[in-house]
Amino acid sequence: MKLSKRNSGVVATAIAAALLMTACGGDDGGDSGDAAAADGGSYSIYIGEPENPLVPGNTTETEGGQVVDALWTGLVEYDNETNEPVYTGVAESIESDDQQTWTVTLNDGWTFHDGTPVTAQSFVDAWNYTAYSPNAQGNSYFFSNIVGYGDLQAPETGGEPAAQEMSGLRVIDDQTFEVELAAPYAQWPATTGYTAFYPLPEAFYEDTEGFGEQPIGNGPFMADEALTPGQGITLTRFDEYGGEQPANAEQVEFRIYTELGTAYTDLQGGSVDIVDTLPPDAIASAEQEFGERFIETPQGDITSLGFPTYDERFADPNVRKAFSMAIDRQAISDAIFNGTRTPAQSYISPVVPGHREDACEACELNVDEANALLDEAGFDRTQPVDLWFNAGGGHEEWMQAIGNQIRQNLGVEYQLRGDLQFAEYLPLQDAQGMTGPFRSGWIMDYPVAENFLGPLYSTAALPPAGSNVTFYSNPEFDAALAEGNAAATEDESVAAYQAAEDILIEDLPAAPLFYRLNQGAHSENVRNVVIDAYGRIDTAAVEVVE
Amino acid sequence: MGRYVARRLLLTIPVLIGASFLIFAMVYALPGDPIRALAGDRPLSAAVQAQLRAEYNLDDPLWLQYIKYVGDLVQGDFGTDFSGRDVSETIFQRLPVTAKLALAAVIFEAVIGLVAGILAGIRRGSFFDNLVLISTTLIVSIPVFVLGFVAQFAFGLKLGLFPTSGIGDGWYSYVLPGLVLASLSLAYVARLTRTSLAENLRQDYVRTARAKGLKPSVVIGKHTLRNSMIPVVTFIGADIGALMGGAIVTESIFNIPGLGRAVYDAVLRQEGAVVVGIVTLFVFFYIFFNLLVDVLYALLDPRIRYD
Repeated sequence: MKLSKRNSGVVATAIAAALLMTACGGDDGGDSGDAAAADGGSYSIYIGEPENPLVPGNTTETEGGQVVDALWTGLVEYDNETNEPVYTGVAESIESDDQQTWTVTLNDGWTFHDGTPVTAQSFVDAWNYTAYSPNAQGNSYFFSNIVGYGDLQAPETGGEPAAQEMSGLRVIDDQTFEVELAAPYAQWPATTGYTAFYPLPEAFYEDTEGFGEQPIGNGPFMADEALTPGQGITLTRFDEYGGEQPANAEQVEFRIYTELGTAYTDLQGGSVDIVDTLPPDAIASAEQEFGERFIETPQGDITSLGFPTYDERFADPNVRKAFSMAIDRQAISDAIFNGTRTPAQSYISPVVPGHREDACEACELNVDEANALLDEAGFDRTQPVDLWFNAGGGHEEWMQAIGNQIRQNLGVEYQLRGDLQFAEYLPLQDAQGMTGPFRSGWIMDYPVAENFLGPLYSTAALPPAGSNVTFYSNPEFDAALAEGNAAATEDESVAAYQAAEDILIEDLPAAPLFYRLNQGAHSENVRNVVIDAYGRIDTAAVEVVE
Repeated sequence: MGRYVARRLLLTIPVLIGASFLIFAMVYALPGDPIRALAGDRPLSAAVQAQLRAEYNLDDPLWLQYIKYVGDLVQGDFGTDFSGRDVSETIFQRLPVTAKLALAAVIFEAVIGLVAGILAGIRRGSFFDNLVLISTTLIVSIPVFVLGFVAQFAFGLKLGLFPTSGIGDGWYSYVLPGLVLASLSLAYVARLTRTSLAENLRQDYVRTARAKGLKPSVVIGKHTLRNSMIPVVTFIGADIGALMGGAIVTESIFNIPGLGRAVYDAVLRQEGAVVVGIVTLFVFFYIFFNLLVDVLYALLDPRIRYD
């Protein structure tokens, strides 16, 4: 799960946007487009300050992730339209007979930016380094399903881990390695396109600190210079790129902004070319102002209202369904998000295979049914419910709207509990401290239906091991999930995941609320700007207009 | 004089130690777990969390953390932030930026503020005096972020006279943010100069000087102005100290990578080493510029002696 912190500074941004909107007309001429585009040129992209060094195993948020993504290509890549894994990356094939032991065969001809070849060892060493707990890498848990991961974790009492290498990773030769998982997982190849799985050159282990500022990857762009904190980094096209789609542009500059509003002003003035997220108050006017240069694509995420299943008031699934049915998702999307949220009626995001448009009946507004369920459950309506969310993320407005709908539709008063910053909010969630429904957000790690189910609702993901903060636990659900993981074909696994989702819908540990849309815009200087389901720009595909 | 300065400088040492401990204690007292916040919604294995806590001494009691910090500090090690970057590196990189912005602001503040104040003070009640009065009232009453956005929008985006953001154009990049940052102080300097000058012009010694037949320029420039400058110099001196402490709002609007924004981010992330290192530096600047002001007093007013 990547954490986007772009919502801070909302007040200043909102004021900026308000001031701007009064004065901006639409002066987008129809002259974009056919001026011969080409090979070369340079363009710039807005990012926020990366929070971690630019090392794939430690890059956990979207800002640094954007840069790392331009510098690296993984085993597989994802199709921008369907989000299915495609073998245009380093891997020629990833195959298995039993969905548990995978053989990865690499393509020839891939080199790092320093000229050294990308080999099986480059992957295995990088994964071991990331998983080894004394290295304190943020993406360590992506390898927890590989045999031997536990041996790389230092015991809680202190001391050294038992091993430095996972026994489940075996190098066969330069182009081949084997990965043994602790349990069958048919979708494993689809996960390997994620940042955590990128290879590392030998130069990394000699100077990990310097590497984090000026990384050496195998992607379409290379870093000629180090990142300047607060300012950004300029990458140059890598001419010996091993992939099928080398970069179109000669250079790309990632420019760091502290205020999204400032970046948007720069975009209007043409001094930055791509802004992949818009200030809340500019959304309404941006589509008109930028015309063809306005971008809107679905994001692989879900926002839901989690229920504390450990709290006796919310232990009854009927109560949880009643609350879910009391929420008019479309009205909130329109009134508060300018229509930039799609009401969710499924736990699985529409961007991944297995999504069903209206899987969840209890996710539709149905006031009569909600009240009937609440009466049946004997819910005490005289006691107000607490609504929890973290401070500083811009969540107050819509959580209040949800509270108002609960009050109006169910006759239950509410109290907002949104004073805690992440640093306090998350430990409280882990400690079963939520006294009422709470805001819960999830951005997918890889485009697989399982990623929306297992990490959030399985017994194995209960805190502190995972993110199952509703503390939902149902052996039937776990079994259905395991069946999907072990299935031999994609169809079978999708069917099993949907069966697992049906169990969730019956128990409703959380009420799905919205899927977000990526919204961005670009200047007349560039074209072919695509934002994928991760909210990342395909930097190689962007063309600079001469 | 030399001994006075030396004594004052020696006094800064206990002040710096006290200030840094207070700041350290305040960061320590912030609620919540910074390592957990670093992880966000995603799980971070217990072993990794323990490793990070050990790296940043977060399991130690306050006094031990502080002693470890100071121990590293006297060896020239400012510590690292959560992404492993040296705090000293952050300071070296951002200090020149903040200093340039502060310098630009002080120049505008002193030049425009003084000229406006002197002219208004000499011609009290004139059209110009009223103009200064009204325009400074206006500036003082507008919050700086509104001024910043309007200036950025009008002069940067619409007229294209200045870059809208960043520091890519050298000194020129600092003109607009410098003006915005100086605006409030500029208004105070103008008001202060005017009042102080007007008051001194009514003094007996001015009448005496005039009666001696001195030229008006000498009366004002040499006699009155020098006496009128004491409150103004005090104000500007204190203001430089404050400006060196970074300007979070202005830096954010114009996307200037200075120290103010670095501290703001560090407080949000509870990065103790960064906050303490930079804020202690701010305290030092403040003390230093105040000392400078005190020394300047002696030059302006011969009656003030420091021996």
